Amino acid sequence: MSTTVTPDATIQDTPLVVGGQAFRSRLLVGTGKYRSNAEMLAAITASGADVVTVAVRRVDLDRRKEEGVLYHLDPKRFFLLANTAGCYTADEAIRYARLAREAGFNEFIKLEVIGDRETLLPDTDGLLTATRVLAREGFQVMAYTNDDLIMALRLEEAGAAAVMPLASPIGSGLGLLNPYSIRTIKRRLRVPVLVDAGVGTASDACVTMEQGVDGILMNTAIAEAAHPATMAAAMRHAVDAGRLAYLAGRMPRREVAVPSSPTTGMAG
Amino acid sequence: MSQVRLLVNGDPRSVPAPATVAELLAHLGLDARMVVVEVNREIIRRPRHQEVTLRDGDTVELVHFVGGG
Repeated sequence: MSTTVTPDATIQDTPLVVGGQAFRSRLLVGTGKYRSNAEMLAAITASGADVVTVAVRRVDLDRRKEEGVLYHLDPKRFFLLANTAGCYTADEAIRYARLAREAGFNEFIKLEVIGDRETLLPDTDGLLTATRVLAREGFQVMAYTNDDLIMALRLEEAGAAAVMPLASPIGSGLGLLNPYSIRTIKRRLRVPVLVDAGVGTASDACVTMEQGVDGILMNTAIAEAAHPATMAAAMRHAVDAGRLAYLAGRMPRREVAVPSSPTTGMAG
Repeated sequence: MSQVRLLVNGDPRSVPAPATVAELLAHLGLDARMVVVEVNREIIRRPRHQEVTLRDGDTVELVHFVGGG
């Protein structure tokens, strides 16, 4: 199992484990919005991610559009994490989760219940209901939620395998808006906390990982970069760097300067 | 030969009767391993594709995985 390698034997990292499943990378990536399938595959490969998200949609019977993503992604090489993107009620999300499970890959679902078309912010009431139902049905629910501690605690209590608070709205690229909230959620939950959505560039991913979260899921930041595979490589390094910085333990913040060079021994 | 009239992914379609789910997928040229089937909101698991016969007026949803975040 390859995890972030530290040069210090006393602080070796542990692998990311969600719902009993260990993953190699703390960076999880989406497969949407790419200009071509070849570009998607190159970016995913450069990201080093083993978990890739997919959506459930109708088959186009007239074949005017691209065929399913499985024609381009080897399910033996990647762990397919289906989402319930586009679902606006608990019932709809539950239906999509069940359809996704029938595809026959795993019991994991990235659960989204969207509450508003403009901001795509989660409907946490529906999310909690759907989490409860799906957890009882044996799903490993990875719940996309806002950066609210109380909701995160309730999702954990409802049986979520992982809680996934947003850094900022889906596809916004605004970066981590509330590091304090994310840090607090991570500190208080026992299940893994992965930040999902809002990262815009590598520094956002790095700062997010420095909060101590277990991983990051992103799509648009890579897919909408001018050069997705290059951005994917940057994200891979950023997630690693942020994880290492978190493990290393940063210096305290001070409001005053402290010299780095000796204050004595100056030539007279 | 008589036809079964269905609503498949929102569009009316007719297939030769009698038609099982497996026959519908074959008729549409779809690989059963790549598609999840719902008939009247009930998921039809792959082992049952050859057992379940479609009836006039059935609503069929055929879904698969596409790119998403």
